[in-house]
Amino acid sequence: MVASLIEVYARGATDIGWVGLAASLILIAIVVALSIAQRLDLERSIVWAATRAMAQLLVVGAALGFVIDPKQPVAYAWLWVLLMVAVAAVTVQGRAREIPHIVPLAFLGTGASALVSLGVIFVFHIFPMEARTVVPLAGMMIGNSMAATVVAARRIVAELADKRPEVEARLALGQPWQHASRPYVREAIRTAVLPQIEQTKIVGLIALPGAMTGLILAGVDPVDAVKIQAAVMYLVLGSVATTTAVIGLGLTRRLFTPDHRMVRLVRTAP
Amino acid sequence: MTAAFDLDHVSVVAGVTTILDDVTTTIESGVITVLVGPSGAGKTTLLRLLNRLEVPTSGTIRFRGDDVATLDPLRLRRRVGMVFQRPTLFAGTVRDNLQVADPTCDEARYCTVLERAGLSSSFLDRDGGELSGGEAQRACLARSLLADPEVLLMDEPTSSLDDVNTKLLEANTCDVVRAGVTVVWVTHDITQAERIADRTLRLEGGRVVD
Repeated sequence: MVASLIEVYARGATDIGWVGLAASLILIAIVVALSIAQRLDLERSIVWAATRAMAQLLVVGAALGFVIDPKQPVAYAWLWVLLMVAVAAVTVQGRAREIPHIVPLAFLGTGASALVSLGVIFVFHIFPMEARTVVPLAGMMIGNSMAATVVAARRIVAELADKRPEVEARLALGQPWQHASRPYVREAIRTAVLPQIEQTKIVGLIALPGAMTGLILAGVDPVDAVKIQAAVMYLVLGSVATTTAVIGLGLTRRLFTPDHRMVRLVRTAP
Repeated sequence: MTAAFDLDHVSVVAGVTTILDDVTTTIESGVITVLVGPSGAGKTTLLRLLNRLEVPTSGTIRFRGDDVATLDPLRLRRRVGMVFQRPTLFAGTVRDNLQVADPTCDEARYCTVLERAGLSSSFLDRDGGELSGGEAQRACLARSLLADPEVLLMDEPTSSLDDVNTKLLEANTCDVVRAGVTVVWVTHDITQAERIADRTLRLEGGRVVD
């Protein structure tokens, strides 16, 4: 994803080549060796993850090559974004199994945040609207939103299940479900958004963020790289907040009946 | 004596389990009706039907002659207050808890409901987490009384209290009844039922048996 941005902004191309890529596998070999030595029983998972990631990226890279070809209409890029939103929604369901039928809500939440964030990017000409910018930027936003969606959804269900007596005490006082659930949903949303806020606060102090690292590696002036990174970071934060807000409202509504009763919740092990 | 609630062939079925089975009974106004019976008899479910925290699978429940299904549930719950088995104080002070129930009331009103529940006004600024079980349950009673309910539903409110606090809460509740509030009290303790009940309804296997 970052690579496309690099190509747009970089002064020169960077190609680590297949040999370079193979050399980077030495690091995986070290991790596998450590796993075996320490009997962590992670070596198969590590090898599988590394192989799967490579296969996925090669397929995606080939498809992206077609989609971001300047000769192709930008509509293909938007179709790609739609596909990413759909995959994210299905992935959310897989990671939050205790919440049935969350796919439409996750689709709506992730889609809404992508729409708002990309709308800001392109309406205000922060980046030019080309396939090379649409796809990677959407990928970063949807990826972060998806993670926040899973955390928000699981926390909302867990909070409301744990605090059911308090929620019902509030309902019994005549509070509507929106008020009765608010303190607990607020806490769940805070939990989902806080990591992104913390990451934004410490950015650059501990680790350089991905897009910026890629741009600097490709030879872009660090100040220019910072500007791009900052814009991306704000948009990611915005999309995470938008998604969790949509999920918070939509999911909580589904956990109560129209006559202000709380539905039975079943928690599963994390 | 007029009826506060009329239950007409009320059943509650969850999956393949029948929790209440064709219950037809009346709950009178201005008295303490005690629902007794073993665990799983359907006492709590019956109680929760009365303020629509649950709804019946079939049958009709009338409050003062009106089908509760046609009443605004939020208004109904302010007319029919509830105290739960475990004290459920929200985070913060007793005042914070009373403000959740009604943020518009003045200090004097808060002191009045605390007094009706057997607590002095000095409890207003006490943190809910620092109260004993008995004090916390009486604070919950005060919180429920803030809406001036016509009926108070008490779901085994003394199950986690010692003898002294149990008797105190019973006495506070009897005072509330003398002030004109109808009380429906759930317990599995027969001696408690004998102490406080004006009328006893015995449930077994989801049916009223006497």
